[in-house]
Amino acid sequence: MSSPAQETDAMVRDKQPNKLMSILNSKKVVPYIFVTPFILSFVILTLYPAIHGVIMSFQKILPGQVEWVAFRNYERVFNPNFYKALSNTTIYVVLTVVILTLIPMLLAILLNSKAVKFKTFFRASIFIPALTSTIVGGMIFRLMFSEADSSVANQIVHLLGFDSVDWRYNAWSAMFLMVILASWRWIGVNVLYFLAQLQSISSELYEAADIDGANAWQKLRYITIPHLKPITIFVSTITIINGFRMFEESFVFWETSSPGNIGLTVVSYIYQQGIGQNDMGFGSAIGVVLMLIIFVISLINLIATGTFKRGDE
Amino acid sequence: MKKSLLILLLGVLAVVLAACGGGGDDASGEAEEVEVIGEDLEDATELTFWTFVGQHVDLYSDAAERWNEENPDKPIKLVAETYPFEQMHNNLLLAIQSGQGGPDMVDIELGQFPNYLQGDIQLEPMNEYVEPVLDNAVTSRFENYAKDGNYYALPTHVGATVMFYNTEIMDEAGVDIDSINTWDDFVEAGKQVVENTDSVMWNVGTEDWLMDMWPMISQQDSDAFDENGELILDNQTNIDTLQFLQDVIYEHEIAEVAPGGMNQSEEFYGYFSDDGAASILAPLWYMSRFLDSMPDMEGKIAIRPMPAWEEGGKRSAGMGGTGTAVTNQAEDTELAKEFLAYAKLSEEGNTNLWTVLGFDPPRWDTWESEEVQADNKYYDFFGDGIFDMLLEVRDDINTLHFTENTPEVISEFHTNVTQETIRSNTSTPEEALKKAADAVRAEME
Repeated sequence: MSSPAQETDAMVRDKQPNKLMSILNSKKVVPYIFVTPFILSFVILTLYPAIHGVIMSFQKILPGQVEWVAFRNYERVFNPNFYKALSNTTIYVVLTVVILTLIPMLLAILLNSKAVKFKTFFRASIFIPALTSTIVGGMIFRLMFSEADSSVANQIVHLLGFDSVDWRYNAWSAMFLMVILASWRWIGVNVLYFLAQLQSISSELYEAADIDGANAWQKLRYITIPHLKPITIFVSTITIINGFRMFEESFVFWETSSPGNIGLTVVSYIYQQGIGQNDMGFGSAIGVVLMLIIFVISLINLIATGTFKRGDE
Repeated sequence: MKKSLLILLLGVLAVVLAACGGGGDDASGEAEEVEVIGEDLEDATELTFWTFVGQHVDLYSDAAERWNEENPDKPIKLVAETYPFEQMHNNLLLAIQSGQGGPDMVDIELGQFPNYLQGDIQLEPMNEYVEPVLDNAVTSRFENYAKDGNYYALPTHVGATVMFYNTEIMDEAGVDIDSINTWDDFVEAGKQVVENTDSVMWNVGTEDWLMDMWPMISQQDSDAFDENGELILDNQTNIDTLQFLQDVIYEHEIAEVAPGGMNQSEEFYGYFSDDGAASILAPLWYMSRFLDSMPDMEGKIAIRPMPAWEEGGKRSAGMGGTGTAVTNQAEDTELAKEFLAYAKLSEEGNTNLWTVLGFDPPRWDTWESEEVQADNKYYDFFGDGIFDMLLEVRDDINTLHFTENTPEVISEFHTNVTQETIRSNTSTPEEALKKAADAVRAEME
């Protein structure tokens, strides 16, 4: 940087129109510009509400009267209704994680194999439910699974030789309804993730396996499934998080109160208490507890599957 | 090259921002329907009105047109917005909590109303308009929206609970409905219905307690809370009443659980139109459910007062309802209050509650007026005696007692009590009500 002053000035004058562009395009700045939209939306729509939620969880909030109540909201959180909501949610998470990783994985392998005809058609039709809203789909499910003898589900049950089921009023069938609605809606999306990963597995591996005389099962077991590991971790992690945040699947069947709380989830409990019963502070406290639960479980999941070690391997 | 990069960048930014603004698939804040009256008037004061029943808008748009003719010096521009039930109450709660974004006038459902009477009340008292007419009105319906002597909302109807009988089934069973005076008579009649026809007498709901439990305890001067706000959900009257509801299903076997969990459900409408049951206990506003959802029943339905618990006992209870209130966020609160009283509380307003909406108006001095007695679709459907019967029961209607914990009581009742006693018969009414009351008491501390 020892060039004479005039020369620099001239350079600057020449470059003036492009100065802004060159800053924007410099390797140091561009990454920040690209992440800015995310950072902005994260700070405004996630971080600020989250911090405010934590503050509210220590308050009793009424119009014009906000009162600091320390831990009183948290003392009330651990009540039978909360445990019921938590156990419902946990069962739901376990079931959806199993169903929404295994079935999409198998479907993706099937749709990727050469034996299947009309692949594009099947891919499209499996994906279509993801385009519907849970509420719209749920309304149809609610009619299909009505307790009337004439409902579609009960007609099928009759064909199998059983009596009509009061779908929305038994604990087991309530869980079944929520899980099947979520599965119907999300399987297509997860199939896409698995398909993307499957198509990135190099065909040379399979050729080499053929030369070594591996059969179809061995190829699946030793090539396909290990290569699907990263995507399996991803899918199971988002399924766990979405499972704990589940609300619509319960709301569409029972709105805010279900018989014996069979459909109560943690988030519907937040909604019921915070908004339905105008107890925002208590609702926020449940939300904070839920956030901690999701954080811990996701952490355990990621450590157990070795995600944090990947770089050092 | 550089230009294309910039365009790409701006494009990405636009997409992200649009996605932020767009929200989820069903979380949009748009009203389902917006109606504007008086748009062409100069200097008109804008009044926004939120409701969750599109039909209610007719009352106000009619009133706004008359108002603008009669009051050229203070014209109004009425903007009526209809939202789904949950969404409207949530939006209002958030607007009131945050002190901005609320409407000038709003319909609030009775069960939700206690939420808006907490903290510093953000609704305007309507005493100057309510007090002069109280002598000619069913006062208990105004008390429902009052706190500390202030009346915060105007009721839409009396909501007198009555019994709707299917006369065809009753004739087939050989029952004279005018001889049913007490609940014991009702059970006896029910046994005849079950014996002589393919229908049951009645249905008990599990998700809508204002169609059975609540009116039946209210007519015995009981409630979930007493007038001092003490929880009396598990008192002996209430236990006996719930026992009666359990007995009609499992002991006398004259009733069954309402299909769909309540008598306001698609499942129930089909079932009742198909002669599934012989009677429905419901407030008078249930008439519109017949017109809209069970039109085949025209001419087959007779309306009678509720059976009493003893000879001479009370034969009705006021149930359900919507209070219309003016919020303190109104641009001109005095004008909004004056217009609201004009639309809903004046003699003409009350007459319109019946002629436009088919509700039993809270002011009984209008019940015998010519306009109210004139032919309309409700008389065609249910016969002429509706208001004669109302005059008979008008003094039987008790005030309901609300506290900030009322929503919890209702939620406990629908979630646990009916499940254990009505649907599955696994608890005695005493156990179930005590358990529910304890759960609510824990919340009240």
